[in-house]
Amino acid sequence: MFNTNEVLETINMIEKEHLDIRTVTMGISLMPCISGTAEETAKKVYDTVCKKAENIVKVTSDLSLEYGIPIVNKRVSITPASLICAPFADKSYKIGKALDDAAKAVGVDFLGGYTALVHKGMADYEKQFILSIPEVLADTDRLCSSVNIGSSKSGINMDAVKLMGEVVKETALKTADKGGYGCAKLVVFCNAVDDNPFMAGAFHGIGESGTVINVGVSGPGVVQHAISGMPDADLSEIAETIKRTAFKITRAGQLIAREASKRLNAEFGIVDLSLAPTPARGDSVAAILEEMGLESVGTHGTTACLAMLNDAVKKGGVMASSRVGGLSGAFIPVSEDIGMIEAAERGSLCMDKLEAMTAVCSVGLDMIAVPGDTSASTISAIIADEAAIGMINNKTTAVRIIPAPGKGVGDEINFGGLLGRAPIIPVHGESAEKFINRGGLIPAPIHSNKN
Amino acid sequence: MRAVVTVVGKDKTGIIAKISGFLSERNINILDISQTILGDYFAMIMLVDIGGSKTLLANLAEECAEMGKKIGMSVHVQHEEIFNAMHSV
Repeated sequence: MFNTNEVLETINMIEKEHLDIRTVTMGISLMPCISGTAEETAKKVYDTVCKKAENIVKVTSDLSLEYGIPIVNKRVSITPASLICAPFADKSYKIGKALDDAAKAVGVDFLGGYTALVHKGMADYEKQFILSIPEVLADTDRLCSSVNIGSSKSGINMDAVKLMGEVVKETALKTADKGGYGCAKLVVFCNAVDDNPFMAGAFHGIGESGTVINVGVSGPGVVQHAISGMPDADLSEIAETIKRTAFKITRAGQLIAREASKRLNAEFGIVDLSLAPTPARGDSVAAILEEMGLESVGTHGTTACLAMLNDAVKKGGVMASSRVGGLSGAFIPVSEDIGMIEAAERGSLCMDKLEAMTAVCSVGLDMIAVPGDTSASTISAIIADEAAIGMINNKTTAVRIIPAPGKGVGDEINFGGLLGRAPIIPVHGESAEKFINRGGLIPAPIHSNKN
Repeated sequence: MRAVVTVVGKDKTGIIAKISGFLSERNINILDISQTILGDYFAMIMLVDIGGSKTLLANLAEECAEMGKKIGMSVHVQHEEIFNAMHSV
């Protein structure tokens, strides 16, 4: 028989502290779909996604009821689409539309993988594919896109960085009527991972098997609640509590991942334990840092608190599951976290501090709204800084930034739902255009030569 | 298959009767019960075997939540594995 306290603890976590399975993501290889023409390939892509993922919504809703834990999102990730589109890159748009239609047909929230991997060099077909991103994101609803522009092993492809600054700008302009919404579905990565279940950066890596289930668990509220019960504890005690909490959360994720993969006839991929906030109060990563003793996230001490949180989360997760993967750590998307939103509004959280925080957390500059008149080269420079942090520290970093058309500092954009709202935060006004225009490759760091 | 039924709410007469009657109607066998009063609050945890029942676990969870609302209690039915997974190393 179970211990009463343990049972009630689980129920409280779910009911009061927002413990949930953030996403069940099915990774699907679309390599067998590549055909001679774009039309034929688009049809095969649509049919494959519809067939493989046809039961994902039903299965996840059954699991949610049976285990009594909410499963918030159902998603699909696919082989990087630039590979599927390679023979007819000028018609990539058609594949993008087919993927969006398939996502709607099976009822998933998002489909990720309109992706190109150009971390060392960019073939002509990849450049053509990347240039299609703004239009595709403007004309689709559920499709997400990402581009990997650097890695610790290969360095940073600065030609791709320059191009992506322009693509981000263009995407914002093409979705100006929705506050630049397209940019919320576009991530620029360094060291992108193949098995990430979280959007907008999910894709199904080429080293993965045919069909895989990856599960993302969350629970910043649970961690915050656990810490709130220990006002006088020292930091090693707090780290221990975070670890234990992360263990429990990951276990729940692993259980759902196993069962979902069995029922969906797919391999069990990984559990990604990431503290992913939502705009709901009590579901905030910023609140955890403040619970540790900061008056406001963004002040001095924030980086240290976040470093400890991220590490303790990973340790608990690794102990709980033999298949921890994805990004696993703490996310700090500004618009999706009520504590971050409020800190940005009161001016205590600025771009430079966010950048420092990304050196110790699991992703990067995420869901940050900047003035609409920010130049493409400044956005490229922001991407380059972030990629450098990722490259040197052997970690994933990402930039998901929204140059909100027509908006300036003091305004805000509101996407609603899980994407939340973001106050526009200032960027440095001095130009980096000459640096960005140089192009070329920033060579891989010395410690990448391990062979 | 075994499931855990959790009943939490303000204490009153007839809670156990209501819940066990509901389970018995569906041919669900109660294996173990633990019940405590925390302040004014009633908390009961039952381990049940739903193998003999025709009701699917997902449907049972919904029906129980519904029944709980009628008697003013929060009633959950969950696969026992969620607790095993989260609370044992």
